[in-house]
Amino acid sequence: MFRSAVFWALAVTAVAAGVAVFRVDSMARATYALAVSFVAVGAALLLVELHYVGIVTVLMMVMEMAVMGVYMIMFMGMNPALMPMSMVHDNRRAVIAAVVTFLFLAGGALLVQWPERRGTPAADTTAALGGEIMGPKMLVMLTVSPVMVATIIAGIVLTSPRGRYDRLGEDLGGRPAEDPQPGGVGR
Amino acid sequence: MSDTVVTTASGAWAVAAALMLGAAALGAASLDGVLTARSTGGSARGGARMALAETARLMRQRRRTTVSADTLLWRIGGGGLLVAALLMIVVVPFGSWTLADLAVGVVWFNAMDVLVWALVWLSGWGANSAYALVGAYRFLAHALAYELPLMFALTAPAVAASSLRVADVAAAQDDVWFVVWMPVAFAVYCLGIVAFSVWGPFAPATGADVAGGVLVEASGVDRLLVLAGRYALLAAGAAFATPMFLGGGAGPLLPDWAWVLVKALVLLGGLVAVRRRLPAIRPDRFVEVGWLVLLPAVLLQVLVVSVIVVRS
Repeated sequence: MFRSAVFWALAVTAVAAGVAVFRVDSMARATYALAVSFVAVGAALLLVELHYVGIVTVLMMVMEMAVMGVYMIMFMGMNPALMPMSMVHDNRRAVIAAVVTFLFLAGGALLVQWPERRGTPAADTTAALGGEIMGPKMLVMLTVSPVMVATIIAGIVLTSPRGRYDRLGEDLGGRPAEDPQPGGVGR
Repeated sequence: MSDTVVTTASGAWAVAAALMLGAAALGAASLDGVLTARSTGGSARGGARMALAETARLMRQRRRTTVSADTLLWRIGGGGLLVAALLMIVVVPFGSWTLADLAVGVVWFNAMDVLVWALVWLSGWGANSAYALVGAYRFLAHALAYELPLMFALTAPAVAASSLRVADVAAAQDDVWFVVWMPVAFAVYCLGIVAFSVWGPFAPATGADVAGGVLVEASGVDRLLVLAGRYALLAAGAAFATPMFLGGGAGPLLPDWAWVLVKALVLLGGLVAVRRRLPAIRPDRFVEVGWLVLLPAVLLQVLVVSVIVVRS
């Protein structure tokens, strides 16, 4: 009883905060409404005894939203991020896509023939989840991680306006490096 | 190793824990007042009274309002620091009692210190003031550099104890305290506490050169909550260091809860005093220090710890 009350409170909070993301008129509010939504999801994970996953979800999502706060000022240069602005664009098609997706997923959850429970939950659900993900799917993980790292590095290389030749000169011998913003360790 | 017995105290004790945290924060503020008075030639007694006098002044002060402030986010940011500090101490075992015996207490503490990112930024954002926002971004720049080293500094004791449960980490130090054989992790952890408390060398977010930064428009009880929240975070960080690095309640003569208190308060005093010993760290300079010096250093520390744990 208590658990289902908590679950419903968290579920409603998560959905309401998710709706708020598109209803508010400020980037800061949208960002942190999304953070609240994720915190509620993280807390809901605690209900199924996934303590580690739940708390890490809260940790990562709050940090991610704070970093998004950095980016939204850095890259949305002409200052809409600092002013009231609409959080939606291409509104009609977006609403249609969202409703259809929601109905599809929710319908799937309701209409599918769920199997009867066989066996009992593992004693340590976090370890069981980790074993399930990392055991038979280890090859996928091993492939995905280098691809992701390579993507991040490639993205930075492509967007960085200055390379080592700009910093250190044509023969890479210029010391100290010529940086517009000198770093802290004097490279 | 998850068989260390700690008793989970009933919820009513949370009030006592909150009062103790408040007393520690007030003590830290008073100590800072004394140190300030000494360095400016004032009387120590006057300095000790400064914290209470400032509290009384701020509680009577009228709230300043700014044009189109985001009041909701501003209040959440200002009041949240104290809440984050309170949530941190619920996993600190006080001798053989604890408020919440979480299997992943170390991660819980880490999640709460990440909340500070959001809260400090929101305090800077809410006022709709340029300098406050500059201060908020200074904090985030610091945070991007201190957080990963801090995370790995928390990892080292957890690896050594093979557990994320704080009571197990404390119990794993029966022979030798973790501070002795993982000094780098302890140093980085202390730096992390000072940093997420926006304290001393990490105070440029509230620097005088940006007219007070995050605090520029905060007044009255809102300002009091932010200032108290900073001291409370410092105190909560020092309290958490006790089970993580300083052997928990281990010590001669006194009961173990008293040792937890003594260790935490001594560390807190040291952290308060650090403010007048170290210069402000510029956020733009510190990013490179964090990623090129601190992170490799603490990763090596975790490697050393892991090798020792596996081989012994």
